[in-house]
This record gives sequence, C-alpha cells and structure tokens, in this order.
Amino acid sequence: MSISFVLNGKPTTLDVDPNMPLLWAVREVAGLHGTKFGCGMSLCGACTVHLDGAAVRSCVLPLSAVAGRHVTTIEGLKSARAKAVQTAWIDLQVPQCGYCQSGQVMSATALLEKNPAPTDADIDAAMSGNICRCATYSRIRAAIHRAAVTIKA
Amino acid sequence: MSIEITVPQNTRRGFLKGAGAAAAAALTIGFEWAATPRRAMAAAPVAGAVFAPNAFLRIGTDDSVTIIAKHVEMGQGAYTGIATVLAEELDADWSRVRVESAPADAKRYNNFLFGTMQGTGGSSAMANSWTQLREAGGKARAMLLTSAGARWGVPVAELTVEKGVVHHPASRRRATFGSLAGAAAKLPVPDAVTLKNPKDFRLIGTRVPRVDVPAKSNGTAGFTLDVELPGMLVALLKRPPLFGATVKSFDATAAGAIPGVVKVVQVPRGVAVIARSFWAAKQGRDALVVEWDDVNAEKRSSATLMEEYRQLADKPGLPARKDGDAASAIAAASRKVSASFEFPYLAHAPMEPLDAVVKLTRDSCEIWAGDQFQTMDQMNAAKTAGLEPAQVSINTLYAGGSFGRRANMGSDYIVEAVSIAKAYGADGTPIKLQWTREDDIHGGLYRPLYFHKLEAGLDAQGRLSGWRHVIVGQSIMADTAFAPVMIKDGIDGTSVEGAANLPYAIPNIDVELSTTRNGVPVLWWRVVGSSHNAFAVEAFIDEVAQAAGEDGFTFRRKLLDKHPRMKAVLELAAEKAGWSGAPLPKGRGRGIAVAEAFNTLVAQVAEVTVGADGKVTVDRVVCAVDCGIAINPDVITAQMEGGIGFGLGAALYGAITLKDGRVEQDNFNGYRVLRLNEMPKVEVHIVPSTEPPTGVGEPGVAPVGPAVANAVFAATGKRVRVLPFGGSLAG
Repeated sequence: MSISFVLNGKPTTLDVDPNMPLLWAVREVAGLHGTKFGCGMSLCGACTVHLDGAAVRSCVLPLSAVAGRHVTTIEGLKSARAKAVQTAWIDLQVPQCGYCQSGQVMSATALLEKNPAPTDADIDAAMSGNICRCATYSRIRAAIHRAAVTIKA
Repeated sequence: MSIEITVPQNTRRGFLKGAGAAAAAALTIGFEWAATPRRAMAAAPVAGAVFAPNAFLRIGTDDSVTIIAKHVEMGQGAYTGIATVLAEELDADWSRVRVESAPADAKRYNNFLFGTMQGTGGSSAMANSWTQLREAGGKARAMLLTSAGARWGVPVAELTVEKGVVHHPASRRRATFGSLAGAAAKLPVPDAVTLKNPKDFRLIGTRVPRVDVPAKSNGTAGFTLDVELPGMLVALLKRPPLFGATVKSFDATAAGAIPGVVKVVQVPRGVAVIARSFWAAKQGRDALVVEWDDVNAEKRSSATLMEEYRQLADKPGLPARKDGDAASAIAAASRKVSASFEFPYLAHAPMEPLDAVVKLTRDSCEIWAGDQFQTMDQMNAAKTAGLEPAQVSINTLYAGGSFGRRANMGSDYIVEAVSIAKAYGADGTPIKLQWTREDDIHGGLYRPLYFHKLEAGLDAQGRLSGWRHVIVGQSIMADTAFAPVMIKDGIDGTSVEGAANLPYAIPNIDVELSTTRNGVPVLWWRVVGSSHNAFAVEAFIDEVAQAAGEDGFTFRRKLLDKHPRMKAVLELAAEKAGWSGAPLPKGRGRGIAVAEAFNTLVAQVAEVTVGADGKVTVDRVVCAVDCGIAINPDVITAQMEGGIGFGLGAALYGAITLKDGRVEQDNFNGYRVLRLNEMPKVEVHIVPSTEPPTGVGEPGVAPVGPAVANAVFAATGKRVRVLPFGGSLAG
C-alpha cells in the first residue's frame, strides 16, 4: 500500500506497510538517517520529527497517520530559527555522544518556532520528553536561550 | 571527512516514488563519518604522496592532517583530546585536522594501561595517549622541519612553524606541511624529540571546539544504527526471559509468515529473526514462539539477594585494606557510629541501543560497531566465527553512549551478531544486529547489587580513631580474562576502589570484601567501584562528622593533611559554593562529598530544596576537579556536568530489580533516568596543575549522590541510605 506525504518539502510516496512506524519508514525506506531509534515507545524523544510543524515521536506514529501531511526531519530543517538552534548547539558545544541530539534539535526548533522567547519553564515543558544519557541538559537549556537571543536580534 | 554515499534507485530500499522521483533517483546523503572505516577512506582519493611517519598521523599533499584515534568516541571527547595532543606538538592548523578511527590492532594501538589490548575504559584515553601522541606529533614536526631546511639549504634552528606552515623568517620563505609531505616521508623517523614546554602550548589548555560537534548538531554523524551496506539484513534476537535459561524449542511458523522475514536461526544466546528491515524483524520476533529451558536459570529476586548480602555483612570478609586494628579502636571508642547502605543493580542504558553490523565469509569477518574493546572483541569474534583474530577487522564508529556497556569481556553483542551471521550461512551477507530498548534494559551486565556496612569510632578527643567498612556483592572480573590481573588474594580491585583507597588519615582502617556469586551477569558502569563505594564512604563520613559535632567540610579537611590535592579540590568546591557563608533557609540544605577515581580528584557541593511534601529538588552543584594538566577545559567541564546528571539520575531513580529472576523494568518508563527539568545548575572549577593529565569521563559521577544525600540530611535531618531514594522523602 502506498502512503503519500510531504517529506522535507518534497512530495513523497512510500510503498510499505502502513503500520510501519514513521521512524523506520524515514530511516530504512527514505534513507534519511538523522532521526534516531532510542526506545520505540515515545519515551525518549530521539526519534523526534515535525508533523505539520509540531514535534512528534516518529517511533510510535504509523506511516498511515502522516498521509497528506508535512513531515520534516533534521535533514529538512531550513528555517532561520532552526539555523539559530543549530548554530547555538555548536557555539555552546552541546553534544557529547550525539545520538539524541537530532531529537533535541527538533524539539528545540519546534519550541522556538512557536515561542521565540521561551522561559525556563517553557523549556522544561518542551524538552523534558527528550532524554540525554550524557546529560547535556544544562547546555541544551543555555543553547535554546542563546538561539532565542539570535532570533530576536 | 565527508564522504558521499549514493543510494541508487534500484536498491531494495529505493522505493521513493511520486513527484519527488527526480530528486530521489540518486538520493545523495552527505555523510559526515568522522569515524570512517578505512575501506571508505580508500574510496576517497588521496592526492599525491602521503606522509605517515607513525601509526597515528597522515599528512596529505593537500595539507590535510588525519589523526588516527585508537580510542572510541562515545561522548567523552576522546577524539578531540587525542587530536589536540598530537596537533599541539605538530603545530598543525586545527582547521585541517580530521580524526579517523584506528583499525583493531593490539600491537600498534594497545592501551598501555590495559597491557597488550586495544580498548577504552577507566577514563584512560588521555593518560595513555599523552606521551605517545605528543612524541608522535613532535617527531613528525621535526621531520617536516628537516625537509624544509634541506629544501632551502638553511639550518633547522632558523625555522618556525605556525598552523601547519613552516617559515624561514630570514628569507621570508614558507612551505605548507602538504608541500613538504613527500620529502619528509623519505626521512628516517628520529629516535627522540624534545617536547614543548607547557608554557608554549597553543591548543592544550584552550577550549578547542570538539571535532564531532557540527556533525552531531545536524544529524549527519554516523553511528552503527546508520550503517547500510548493499544487501544488508537486520536481525533481532529473542533472548531468554531469565538469566541462564536456554532455548528448548521454537516455532518460527508465524514469524516466517511476516513479510520481509528472511530466516529464523537458533544461536547460543537465543533465536534470531533475520529480515529485510527492522520493522519486519521486530514483527517477526514478536510472532516467534520459543520454549525455554530454565533449569539452570537464576530465579531469585533482587530483594532476596539483598537479604542474603545483609547477613553476609555480619560475617568477616577478605581483607582489602588493613591499617592498625580497627576492631579494637572501635571497641575502645568513646562514641560509635554505624550505618548500612544498599545499592541496586543498574543498567547503562546508552541512548543508542547496542548494535553491530557483521559481514562474515568463510575466511573473513568485518565488523562495524561503536566498539569499545576492539582487540577483545576481535578475539571473541574470531573464536565465534572459527577464524583467526587477524581475519577479523573492526570499523570503530561513533558510539551513542556506552558508560562501560560496550566494553565487556565476553563481547556479548558482537558475539551475538557474529553467531547470527554464521548461522545465516557466513555467505558475506551483511547483517545488522539491533537491540531494542527492552533488550537493553533486560540484557544484563548490570552494575552489581551491593550491601555496605560501616562502623567508626571517635576517641575521647572526638578524633576518628577507627573505620571498618564491609562490602558485599558480585565481582565484575570473576571468570573473565581479566581475573588473573585484577583479582589479587580474592579481592577484585573494582569491588573496593573508592573504599580501600579511602583518602582520610585514620589510624585504624579495615576494609573487607565478601564476594558473592549468582546468575545475574554484571559489569562495570560509569566510575565502576566508586559508583557505590564513594557513596557509602562519603555519606558515612558525614554521619561521623555529625557525631563529632563538626560540619562535613571541616571534618574532612582535617583528615586530608596528607592528601594535598584532595584537600585542594575540597577547599575549592567549598569556597565556590559559599560553604561558610550564610546558612540556607529552612527546607534547604548543602552537602559536600569528594572522590578520587582513576587518579582524578573531584569535590562537589550540592544544594537541595525539600518541599513540605518531601519532594527533593537539586538546585545547584558546584564541582571542583583536579585532572592534572587540563587538555581541554570545556570538555572537562562538559564531562563534569554530564557525570553529575548521570550520577544524580542513578541516585534518584536508577534501579534494575528482579522478581523471581525476571527483570521488572522494560524501558525508560520503568527504568527512570534524569530528565532536563531535573538537571541542577552546575558550576565547574578546574584546579590548575602541571601534573600529567588524568581522565574526566567518569570521576564526576562519584561524588554527586553522597553530596545530595548529605544535603538532604542538612535540610531535613533524614539520612539517605538506600538507593535509589526516589527523589522524595515521603513514605
């Protein structure tokens, strides 16, 4: 069965099991490897992508649920706010092992797209679903604030 | 280095259709694969001659500087540290430096601290690379200077080097490393080289940006999960629900009916479903029916084991340290203090679940993994495949965390992958073994369960006169290849580190170990023995200080006169935390703790708030660290921050429990770890030092638990003696 949707701005049709989680469709069928597998149960956020602009966990989202919708993975991030996030990530040297960071960047970008000046409480609410076992959390918080300053400037 | 992997439309994964077809016809993925396999490197043309004076360095005629890392990059910053040390003595242009992983080779790439094996662990990457890589860089620099001097007919003493360019100031001539590479390659490697005076360091001691951060910020960093080879299959392994159980029989009818499932094979660790995709393998495994033989399985509960340990602690153990006569000193003491502490099994739970890709033929085995114990894994893979170690090659990729899990003497996940490839037919089909999070949480090789019992005596003057510490738990090293080296007179050094090397000046010290045996597989975990010993020691000395009527800082400080470096970190942390300043308001408390791990000294002060409901919030942790010469202060700071978050998560929530032998946690819901909203404000202060560098990946983990426990006591008067304490004193 074919599912058609927009992946990183491109109309895309994938001919696979519609129950296949979006994560594996994106990784193994579309060949985009930036989105990671961490828990398979929407508990860790490593698989975070944007669905119509909102951060969602692709590991539990069946491909059928994205039919006709816009999916953005880290490979498709292009907005000024996304670039501000990624620049802050580099400036503040956020990643350690790096495995969760695609998901962190996607969650942070979704937050800043909605709310360009988040408070610490806003960051807590938006980012606590993304686990980082290296505990780069202090730098994630600082980088989001840094990106917010860049966006304002 | 950047390599381009082109996925042609006609592969089995090239299912892209529709309006994006033109773009998808040759889906090109920019792939920043710093830990690139050598084979992939060979695909990238190297321009002209190459200067490779040793096993750690290649300089291309294009001025590229490739530094070969013998240690895995698993987040700790090893690639950046390694490259910094070599590039420093080379005077390389940092912007041209790339890092590549070394092939498995016990002779060229051994870890000096492990003897004749290549591997990463014990926070040793910098300590064991420091002299070797400085010399490697310095000798290469000397050869480049010699070739420049010869080219221009000038004495080497008149030459300077700046960012990869040799200058002859008198004649204003200059030559890049690349232009000298061909000539330098023909020179003999000098026997000795004069290394830089530390005052001349340009990279060491500065916040050199990590080599891996850009690729880890845009999704292009390559992990094992991301390896795709032509014709590759994905395997999931169904393992027994109890440790020690084996396959009795299985029925693959339903699994085999799942579209995409290629083969179901039995291997020593279980039954593997091999499929064309993860999703097919996952559904196949879910449909697989296995009957297990659990006659020899471990069926006890962790609570039962702890009760056995509690009773063992009342019996004498084997001596790990004996100074004077602790029993008599405590018997004669004016005041006696005693306490016991309980520590659970802990999983490592790295974000990247274990995975490995194996391409096995009748006479070769190629492995891709975030490999932490390369030559141990090479040996175990060879044994499993029925090959010689030399026939096994390993491509070490970025590891998505490890915390010790990928360094195990049985090479569990590698051996599983090889055994599956062998059972599949050893026909050269690449097979990726993928663990799920549940596999990881259920998978064993945990930080062991421990029970600690401590007693101390204070004499009439309030001085600490006797200290007795009994540790009960499994040995990590027993029955492994390391046992002959690491177990001396029945004492596994990893069981007592952080306790036997108690830093305090106490006249009578007795540290005893009762080693237990059971069927739960155990392993080191970030900071190894100090993950429990430092807690027991530092929480208990706080109780002793309280009994002596002194505060934790003053009491410790007086006992550290013979340990000036430890005393210095203690003082620095206390000063920066405002220890002697205004007391905190009601409901808040400060606690202090120190630890020495892998020759690095750390002190931390934690500040907590305990709500009326008993909920504990850790507000702030101030950390002082002495790790010798600070190669990269920002990496050190990041490792302390991360270590604090990792250790705090374990103290608050971390526990693997067994009920009748079955692990009760499955995923991050049951096995809770620290999240962003729980991360305290962390401040890190580095002690300036001229001592050789020591490691920073693990030591920051050790003091945070006891510092928080001591802060909780300061806030509430209640002691935390059973971990994890759940982040709440309620109930």
